[in-house]
Amino acid sequence: MTAIELTGVSRWYGDVVAVNDITMSIGPGVTGLLGPNGAGKTTIMHMIAGFLAPSRGEVTVAGHSSWRNPEMFRQVALVPERDSVYAFLTGTEFVIATAKLHRLPDPEAAARRAIELLEMTEAQDRKISTYSKGMRQRIKVAAALVHDPEVVLLDEPFNGMDPRQRLHMMDLLHAQGEQGRVIVFSSHILEEVQRLSGIIQVIVGGRLAASGDFRAIRRLMTNRPHVFLVRSSDDRALGSALIGRPAVSAVELTTHGLQVRASDYGTFTREVAGLSRDKGIRLTQVLPADESLESVFTYLLAS
Amino acid sequence: MTAGRSPERTGQSMSGLLNGVVIRVTLRATMNRKRALLFAVPPLILIGISALLHATANSPVWPPEVLGQVGYLILALTALLIGGSVLGAEIDDGSIVHLLATPVSRRSVIFSKYLVAVVLTIVFAAIPEYLAGAIATGASSKLAIGLFVGAIVGAFIYNALFVMATSIFSPGRALAFGLLYILAWEGLLSSLVPGVALLSAEHYGLAVANSIAHNSALHAHLTVGTGVGMGIVVTAIALVLSVNRLSAFSIKGDVA
Repeated sequence: MTAIELTGVSRWYGDVVAVNDITMSIGPGVTGLLGPNGAGKTTIMHMIAGFLAPSRGEVTVAGHSSWRNPEMFRQVALVPERDSVYAFLTGTEFVIATAKLHRLPDPEAAARRAIELLEMTEAQDRKISTYSKGMRQRIKVAAALVHDPEVVLLDEPFNGMDPRQRLHMMDLLHAQGEQGRVIVFSSHILEEVQRLSGIIQVIVGGRLAASGDFRAIRRLMTNRPHVFLVRSSDDRALGSALIGRPAVSAVELTTHGLQVRASDYGTFTREVAGLSRDKGIRLTQVLPADESLESVFTYLLAS
Repeated sequence: MTAGRSPERTGQSMSGLLNGVVIRVTLRATMNRKRALLFAVPPLILIGISALLHATANSPVWPPEVLGQVGYLILALTALLIGGSVLGAEIDDGSIVHLLATPVSRRSVIFSKYLVAVVLTIVFAAIPEYLAGAIATGASSKLAIGLFVGAIVGAFIYNALFVMATSIFSPGRALAFGLLYILAWEGLLSSLVPGVALLSAEHYGLAVANSIAHNSALHAHLTVGTGVGMGIVVTAIALVLSVNRLSAFSIKGDVA
């Protein structure tokens, strides 16, 4: 079953393209939208949730266009990134109000269940204005889950959470996905996606850079060419030895040491140590020079 | 995907015009904000002026002049503060998303918020207008009653306009629109260009007030038929536009 379909979706603001011709299908389970800040993840989330019209293409949820379709929220929940809730309400009041807006038959019981699920029982009678960012995030999720939705969209759900809260939220979302719900969350943090999601959609510069099983994409990320800064007791000798290795595609001698371009991360890191030992050269530094997430994403986009 | 997992819901219609939760939350949000205290200040000043003039002035002309001009200006500004915040404040801080991420109809959101704005405007502007009129000319005087009824009519029209403004413009621009409308269009142009009164909520209210008070010092430029008719048309158009705009409510995402 495919719950969410994006077909040739683009979104632009004037001359700025935020999302560029994305086609993707999202089914049951946990799917992570991964990408650097400003990649277009939030724009995609908002289009799926019907809070933004695509400039081109179509977004459907359960076969129906999400734009101007509030009835969709009987089955869909959105947890927005923005930390804005009705701060003058208590946690319980907020979740009960949401349950009533969904016209649930027993809003109090539904709210109690959702609050317990998010471990917010202790703080439920306090005003939301007194909550920490992590607690606000959790009460937002409780309100979102109060009507037992089929599809849950979470925009950067782990922002502001401490490690324990983060683990609990990950377990919760994982369990929801296991139960057959469609859980879609966005994140710019690789580790969050790695821990939680089997399927990822990598968004870079408004485009879908990679899509599919996380492990396959992770392999692609690991096997991409890497640049290392290497320092040793004899850079010139080490450089000439390295250039003869298949795992190394380029070596440049700089004032700061050797800049080595390796085509295979694993092989290079194994070989450089052995090679320097064989040559009697003392290694003082092997530093990956392009390990930022942005460089990983850029590589994925280029490939 | 079906709704099979979802629990059984009540048979209540979601297409109703008003929603109790939206009304309660809007009421608490509006009265919760510190500026709610500000709502009470202008009407108290109006009542104070009325009491002072009643005690000191001998001219019989001041009640319609002052209560018609100053009183209805306070009515307009109060409606701008309240009507501009019932929807605008939630759009401004983003909390509207929690309300709109539910199947509640956008029409009931607008009408519920509009109702709250009208009731609060009546409490903070129309009733003080009556009290000021009662101090000036007596509790059962036609002027006091006329101004009160006219202010109630004005509360309906002004709030429709200002709710519409917040659904179309950003909160800052909506406020600018409201101030321009009140001060430039109604305050300046309507006294210089007679035709402007046809598109003035103040003059719709004054037309109603004058139909009861029959007092030329109110400077009502419209007949009651024209005032009420135009008021209904303007209010209806403003509310339809508001519902339409809220149905297409968009939040901007990050831009690559």
